Amino acid sequence: MSERVPIALEVNGETVARTIEPRMSLADFLREELELTGTHLGCEMGVCGACLVLLNGKAVHACLMFAVQAHGERVETVEGLTERKAIADIQEAFHNNNALQCGFCTTGMLVTAHEMLSRGDILSREEIRDGLSGNYCRCTGYQAIVNSIETVAQARAVAGAAPSKPE
Amino acid sequence: MKARAFKYVRAETVEAAFDAYAEADGDCVYLAGGQSLVPSLSLRLQAPAVLIDISRIEALTGISKSGDVLRVGALTRHAEMLTSPEIARHAPLLRRAAPYVAHPAIRNKGTFGGTIALADPAAEFPAMTLALDAEFEIAGPDGRRTMKADGFFRDLFDTGLEPGEILVAIHIPVFGANDRCVFHELARRRGDYAVVGSGIQGTFDGDRLLSARIAFLSVASTPVRARHAEAAIANQVLSPEVIAAAQAALSEDLDPEDNEETSAAMRMHLARVLLGRLLGQLGRADCMHEGVHA
Ligand SMILES: Cc1cc2nc3c(=O)[nH]c(=O)nc-3n(C[C@H](O)[C@H](O)[C@H](O)COP(=O)(O)OP(=O)(O)OC[C@H]3O[C@@H](n4cnc5c(N)ncnc54)[C@H](O)[C@@H]3O)c2cc1C
Ligand code: FES
Ligand code: FES
Repeated sequence: MSERVPIALEVNGETVARTIEPRMSLADFLREELELTGTHLGCEMGVCGACLVLLNGKAVHACLMFAVQAHGERVETVEGLTERKAIADIQEAFHNNNALQCGFCTTGMLVTAHEMLSRGDILSREEIRDGLSGNYCRCTGYQAIVNSIETVAQARAVAGAAPSKPE
Repeated sequence: MKARAFKYVRAETVEAAFDAYAEADGDCVYLAGGQSLVPSLSLRLQAPAVLIDISRIEALTGISKSGDVLRVGALTRHAEMLTSPEIARHAPLLRRAAPYVAHPAIRNKGTFGGTIALADPAAEFPAMTLALDAEFEIAGPDGRRTMKADGFFRDLFDTGLEPGEILVAIHIPVFGANDRCVFHELARRRGDYAVVGSGIQGTFDGDRLLSARIAFLSVASTPVRARHAEAAIANQVLSPEVIAAAQAALSEDLDPEDNEETSAAMRMHLARVLLGRLLGQLGRADCMHEGVHA
């Protein structure tokens, strides 16, 4: 076993410090050390997208980095996004559209959707499908997921445009 | 699917990275974006004693233009290739290829230098450095040197980088007023590695193409320049006949091999089809105004 090293990082707004093995992936760190099990592990190869988290605001695969690399950085997981209600409308749309069956891929889908939608563009179905190209779902066939993201994109565009509309 | 134990060293400067390299006696590997290295460690295809993290070295970052050369730091993320105004203006071929590089989250972390150093023959950017006549700025414990993209890609995952050397930046001649470029690839599924891909950059005098550089990916153990096809189109108007001649010449440039998914004959056929489409597009005066798929 290799030497354990101390790391400190911000996770979902709180500073956490642990001493870990350098070979521990960020995904395992979140799940095992912090018990944040919303970050799922499917392939551990960067292919399925179940493990997506935000690193300094950008979606990255938690299976494709070691926790030591996140020392001093800011990580947000699906739990953090849920708590600060950043994805409440996306979650509601998934719920309304039955956009999941087993739910295994859902947390990764939500993180991708969050990044896509926070760019603020009006997204076409083609763009949504393209944005989801790194997320595998074994169950739904994607239709309901695309529908959900499209619904939120339109609702957010209307809400965002509302204040300047009156004239 | 877990990496073997290793010692982790974070280098803040290029010199510190060389020191760590020397100390590890070569039993180590540099870590940039990790998007290829981490899966390889997890699969235990590699098991170095020491991992030297170079991803925070300031000197490897930044995009800047000086004179006729655009300098792109090795740590520039693939995602920045899509958003940087300097890239869009001075190296539009990279902007055009970027949407085809992996998936959005991988593009947030993977680096330009990492993909060049890895030299995956199926990767988009290494091949594009051939089309762009790029030059690599390389630092080693004994000093700096530069190397042209031509000749850099030696064999499968084998480059002109010597053990311990760090790719610092990529130098690209800036895109001229009479230049045009095109990129496309054929893949089974969006974001997957291409069955075959190609990018072309050329300089025109009106309708006449003066010269062009054509690069292919996913056709051999390295990225490949199609020099015979280039010769067939130099100093020509890109008429259907000239394009057909370039397609015919391609058999002297490419010699693909069979694999489980695609036969050599199929890949050659697809390369010809792709070249025909790209040259048709390049020949149109409005080719640089066509929307780039993001
Ligand atoms: C699911 C998946 C799909 C992908 N699809 C594509 C695709 O379609 N097209 C594509 O092009 N790529 C694809 N990639 C690879 C991805 O683009 C990687 O980011 C890239 O190949 C490597 O860059 P990196 O910065 O992550 O390098 P790392 O993984 O950190 O390093 C790769 C190698 O380069 C060395 N290295 C890195 N930087 C330097 C440097 N500055 N100097 C010297 N040596 C260095 C490292 O030591 C290592 O050996 C995919 C990856 C995954 C996981
Ligand atoms: S577990 Fe990370 S991408 Fe599949
Ligand atoms: S809902 Fe089961 S994997 Fe997507």
